[in-house]
Amino acid sequence: MEATLSRTPLYERHVALGARMVPFAGYEMPVQYEGVIEEHKAVRTDAGAFDVSHMGDLHVDGPTAQSFLQSVLSNDIDRLADGEAQYTLLTNEAGGILDDLIVYRLGVGQFYLVVNASNRAPVYDWLKEREPRGCEVRDASDEYGLVAVQGPQALRRLGLPDAPVFTHAMRELDGIEVMVARTGYTGESGVELCCAEDDTRALWDAILARGVVPCGLGARDTLRLEVCYPLHGSDITPETDAISAGLGWACALDTGFTGAEALRRIKAEGPAEKLVPFVMEERAVPRQGMSIDGGGRVTSGTHSPMLDVGIGLGYVPAAAATPDTELVIDVRGKSRRARVVRKPIYRKET
Amino acid sequence: MPAQESYPDDLRYHPEHDWARIDGDEATMGVTWFAQDSLGELVHYEAPEVGLTVSKDSSYGEVESVKAVSDIIAPLSGEVLEVNAKVVDAPETVNDDPYGEGWLIRIRMSDPSELDTLMDAGAYRAHVADQ
Repeated sequence: MEATLSRTPLYERHVALGARMVPFAGYEMPVQYEGVIEEHKAVRTDAGAFDVSHMGDLHVDGPTAQSFLQSVLSNDIDRLADGEAQYTLLTNEAGGILDDLIVYRLGVGQFYLVVNASNRAPVYDWLKEREPRGCEVRDASDEYGLVAVQGPQALRRLGLPDAPVFTHAMRELDGIEVMVARTGYTGESGVELCCAEDDTRALWDAILARGVVPCGLGARDTLRLEVCYPLHGSDITPETDAISAGLGWACALDTGFTGAEALRRIKAEGPAEKLVPFVMEERAVPRQGMSIDGGGRVTSGTHSPMLDVGIGLGYVPAAAATPDTELVIDVRGKSRRARVVRKPIYRKET
Repeated sequence: MPAQESYPDDLRYHPEHDWARIDGDEATMGVTWFAQDSLGELVHYEAPEVGLTVSKDSSYGEVESVKAVSDIIAPLSGEVLEVNAKVVDAPETVNDDPYGEGWLIRIRMSDPSELDTLMDAGAYRAHVADQ
């Protein structure tokens, strides 16, 4: 039996805009409106809006909230001041990645976590089971709407002042109370806006009225892949560790979080395989699950709208992880050459 | 500019959303408006080699969009005489003009009686309406 799909507050808006709706993480979500490539280029050159209300929202509050989060999340939460945010990982004892998320410090002992939609329940359960006295973990996913507005013109179109990346503030946008976070998943300047669930439609309408282009999950995936942001469930999973995935920079190994010891060992010994970005040298589109000669695998692949070539991320033996190494990918039975590159795959000309 | 939905009357259609234009014992083939619209903007055309034989109802190549890859099913059997190099270089040509500049291969038919199994435009339009 098929499970019933949930809908974000913007479902009717997407349908009215002619979006192609697909099931994603238990939600009916827009994969594209006019076309993936057009939407992708709108974000690279101007501004695009993404409904990300399906993502999970957790509050972790209380006098022991900070020490608790420090003990389970990989990054150093003690470095966060009020109004700041941080990319961090939730890891298991083996250093495997249960989720990657952004933690926002709202105040002393007040933290807000935005987690991947498909990990909402397991992350909540993991935290709830370990929740100490003096701290409460609460799933507030149904209380908020989230809209990301990304692109070089995003702030100007929204009439918002610039602010350092990974900061957040409460503001009013066309009369709607929003938390404005200088975060995103596209490699462009931009914001992620969080509002009360009931205000989501008004917020979306206000954003589009300011000339921002609606963008679907298709463009979200090509944008993040061009700048090598990993996707949980594909590039990073509970079976892959943070060091092999190249996310050691988000791990404060001296804080003693769950999995830190395993990750220290992997770091000391050197990972057996590494997640690397690559670009196709021949016409072909790499796809998740394709094998790489010599014992590797593609974890994400697409066609880069900006570079007009196949690009991807994949795990390869550590010896093959150096930039410029040639890879051979099995594209449905045909050998196609690719080359390991440096991050990011796409970099804006300045 | 993406093309508007159309299914020209002078073509024959295969249920897997492929068309054929007959000229003597040769046929030019491609994918229909419906197929390109379902896939989205094409970014890759994996073409067969000239001289190979394609078989009716079997895959002779692939077209890919950003999100998906799809086999191209041959509506008729025969030897590949020509591959559309323009589509190899610029696959989005198929989205712009699926029945004209966006053709995929030209073949010499090996069994013209296969034509009787294909749909005319009216039958194909009804088939699309059922999708």
